[in-house]
Amino acid sequence: MTGRPITEDDLHAYIDEALDPTRRGEVLAYLDAHPEVERRVAAMAAQRRALRSALAPVAEEPVPPELSLARIIEARQSRWRSRWVPTWRSAAAAVLMVGLGGIGGWFARGTAPAASGIAALKEEAAANYQVYAADHIRPVELRAGDREELVTWISQRLKHPVAVPDLSRSGYRFMGGRLVATPHGAAALFLYDDDRGTRVAVLVRPMEVEGDTPMSPHREGPLAGYAWADRGIGYSLVADAPSASLHPLANEVRQQADRVGAASSISAIDSLKRKRILP
Amino acid sequence: MKDMMLLVEPLIPALRRYARVLLRDRAGADDLVQDCLERVVARWHQRRADGDARTWVFSILHNLAMTRLSRSRRGWHVALEDADEAATAAPPTQEHGVMHKDLMRALDTLPEEQRSVLLLVSVEDLSYAEAARVLNIPIGTVMSRLSRAREKLLRATEAAMEEKAPATGPRPWLRRVK
Repeated sequence: MTGRPITEDDLHAYIDEALDPTRRGEVLAYLDAHPEVERRVAAMAAQRRALRSALAPVAEEPVPPELSLARIIEARQSRWRSRWVPTWRSAAAAVLMVGLGGIGGWFARGTAPAASGIAALKEEAAANYQVYAADHIRPVELRAGDREELVTWISQRLKHPVAVPDLSRSGYRFMGGRLVATPHGAAALFLYDDDRGTRVAVLVRPMEVEGDTPMSPHREGPLAGYAWADRGIGYSLVADAPSASLHPLANEVRQQADRVGAASSISAIDSLKRKRILP
Repeated sequence: MKDMMLLVEPLIPALRRYARVLLRDRAGADDLVQDCLERVVARWHQRRADGDARTWVFSILHNLAMTRLSRSRRGWHVALEDADEAATAAPPTQEHGVMHKDLMRALDTLPEEQRSVLLLVSVEDLSYAEAARVLNIPIGTVMSRLSRAREKLLRATEAAMEEKAPATGPRPWLRRVK
């Protein structure tokens, strides 16, 4: 006997046949002494068996051919092959998707004009999402708790004051971020997640071209996103989620960046005020 | 690829069952499983090497199902009322005094979060820790949802049986009891 009191959790583990023999013996003894509890537990156990037998036939149905794993693997490989043939650009995109981004981009340089501006930003955001948002061990280099250190580091490397967008009002917690490499220099990658584990990435970097571009949606395989640029800084928000659900998030990021941009150029505003351009 | 076939292929019947009970729509559920398997194939290399494949695959399916359900609630997809009544139909059997149909209806009265826990634990035989990983919730939350699910299911089927006891005339629709 362990002498530990019997808990509600023990009763459920008993119903689920998940107790070790010793504990099971103790629960049985308890149930013997408490017929009212015993009745309830027996009814729940009976219900569990009824549920299992009611749903067992579904798992015994033959699996339809669309759900054959071999077929899904084959279909994916043939998509890859057909993607490889038409253009080097899409081949490079496919390589980017499996995380060999840098090398793929390098090969693409000689044969097709590499994407630049917002188009490049979108690809970079998707490629970084594929690598880092899928990482369960270390998706971020600096966690949310080290926000200040992260902001200082990133602002220094991007040579531009960057604030961490706050998506908490939309239900996304800030996980942290890191500096990432792109063919157009360093970029900041911020990651967020919600209660369901959906992860959202925001990529931010200075833009040499297309420094002021309206927001537009984009799609890379299963990923959806929105990208835009404002005063020389490009933003792309991507996630493995319906595009429509990301639009408000992207708007939120843009509005916050606007406010930060305004706050960081108080001296500029002051000078505008002096010139009576602003009230 | 070979380890993927070995680890994932045997899960497919259980994945279909879990998706079908959540969505109550046979074709929609199989579409969802197909989506899930495509993601599994695409992301196999990103999986934690020490992680359990079943937990990982179920969590992908669960997240897809939740996205699908939240979309259908917003009216983008089949409304739940149109969901396939026969989707989980089995031959009507009387087991432990509970009709299959009543049980399925009672299951439908559970909030989604309780239904998921109950299915993963009671039907798919995941441990409490595995269910917690699939749903991305603490194990204590798994236990409290499981407890509430079982209490509620019991009350719902008991109520259905009581209503049926003096059964003459049309069969009453399942009433929810406090």
